[in-house]
Amino acid sequence: MSYSEKVIDHYEHPRNVGSFKKDDGSVGTGLVGAPACGDVMKLQIKVSEDGIIEDAKFKTFGCGSAIASSSLVTEWVKGKTLDEAAQIKNTDIAHHLALPPVKIHCSVLAEDAIKAAIADYKKNRAGEDAQAE
Amino acid sequence: MTAMTARDGKTNQAKHPIYLDYQATTPCDPRVVDAMLPYFTEKFGNPHSRNHAYGWEAEEAVELAREQVAAIIGADPKEIIFTSGATESNNLALKGVAHFYKDKKDHIITVVTEHKCVLDTCRHLETEGFKVTYLPVKPDGLIDLAELEAAITDKTAIVSVMGANNEIGVVQPLAEIGALCRKKGVFFHSDCAQAVGKIPLDVNAMNIDLMSISGHKIYGPKGIGALFVRRRPRVRLQAMINGGGQERGMRSGTLPTPLIVGLGEACRISAEEMESEGKRLMALRDRLLKGVQAKLPEIYVNGDLEHRVPGNLNISFAFVEGEGLMMGVKDLAVSSGSACTSASLEPSYVLRALGLDAEMAHTSLRLGIGRFTTEQEIDYAIDHIVEAVSRLRELSPLWEMHQEGIDIKSIVWADH
Repeated sequence: MSYSEKVIDHYEHPRNVGSFKKDDGSVGTGLVGAPACGDVMKLQIKVSEDGIIEDAKFKTFGCGSAIASSSLVTEWVKGKTLDEAAQIKNTDIAHHLALPPVKIHCSVLAEDAIKAAIADYKKNRAGEDAQAE
Repeated sequence: MTAMTARDGKTNQAKHPIYLDYQATTPCDPRVVDAMLPYFTEKFGNPHSRNHAYGWEAEEAVELAREQVAAIIGADPKEIIFTSGATESNNLALKGVAHFYKDKKDHIITVVTEHKCVLDTCRHLETEGFKVTYLPVKPDGLIDLAELEAAITDKTAIVSVMGANNEIGVVQPLAEIGALCRKKGVFFHSDCAQAVGKIPLDVNAMNIDLMSISGHKIYGPKGIGALFVRRRPRVRLQAMINGGGQERGMRSGTLPTPLIVGLGEACRISAEEMESEGKRLMALRDRLLKGVQAKLPEIYVNGDLEHRVPGNLNISFAFVEGEGLMMGVKDLAVSSGSACTSASLEPSYVLRALGLDAEMAHTSLRLGIGRFTTEQEIDYAIDHIVEAVSRLRELSPLWEMHQEGIDIKSIVWADH
């Protein structure tokens, strides 16, 4: 299978690889996929007090397209509000990376990872707020 | 050797990935090409033309090749049928026997790790009403002889068990299977596309009744193969291709003289060099395995290492997905048991049959070493694989969890 230049670029120079501490209240972690299916993505967002995603990190087990999709979304979510980040569609990811049809599931997983990270952040905040009260 | 010099130079590495996929196919040995060339041009006769020298010359070449093919498996030249390759040979063996004996017998036994062309042929025969038993394999990839014996009934026409597996290289106990089949009075077919020229084979000592042979797996040309069909006790086949009655009526069609000459020469060379080549490939394989094992933890060889053809390694690099890894080792031409390499999205059925978890099947690479592989290439491959696996593990959330002591199996993963 031949990959697009953008996929190769993200695969060879992945952006924002790494991890934040999970217990940091400003961090939301999304872990999606399954080892048995050949793709697991971990996407983390670090959210400022005013609700802006100020940083993002990822780690991915998967093919080149899965790595590229998750690397790309770490770039895209930075500077966005949670609502804006939740608007990112798998079709935009697939289009940007020129993914072939058999690789569309990689972009779907990346979208799921964003949503999971946002949900995790909100859950953590709700927990903290409840504790504060 | 020309091919060897061409692949030796390090300057070539940037342009040509190092070929480590010898189970997929092999380059023609230059000696094979030399033997073939005259039969395309000046010696172009139809081997079935009985009336002139062109025909006689071609026929003589075909019959020499038939002897060379027979010799490498200990058969009589009259028992060799030329085909287009192992896929056709497997089809002809299974369909031919099943159809010929269908009034008395309707049962076939094969193994879950067989090549697709055997499994798909069996599936097809099931649609025609035949019953097929698919034997499982043990975690080492070998069949259990007691299970085979228990599966044979008085309705069993044929048992088909491959010599060496195309993905994991394991060699089945052919002599024991042959003895059992002979005792029970059922035919024994073996797909030996990956075994011929790699390990000593003797159809009589092993009691093999039909054997499939491929040209392009043994440094011969693509598009040619052979089927050994035993004469005593006689195996009868219903032909799939009808026509001029060539090849004892079992496979009509004008014989492709140049390809047959190439297959014959490939068998001659393989028979002569099998012992020395086997030792050399085994040494290269061990060098490769030890090289990666020395630098990478958590890697696992799939399939038994002892009962195995010399040039095959199949390794799971835990926590690194196979297709992602293949992209990382772009200077190597290899293949993976990972889902993503095929359209199906299912990981290798062979690795799954060994009892491997789907996640481990997804992390495998098949490394095939062959006649033109050099020590320098192996050393380069070791460094390249170690570098790519290390980099991808740093990228892998599963590796991170493993380092933190989290059991990946304890996590409830969502299906997708």
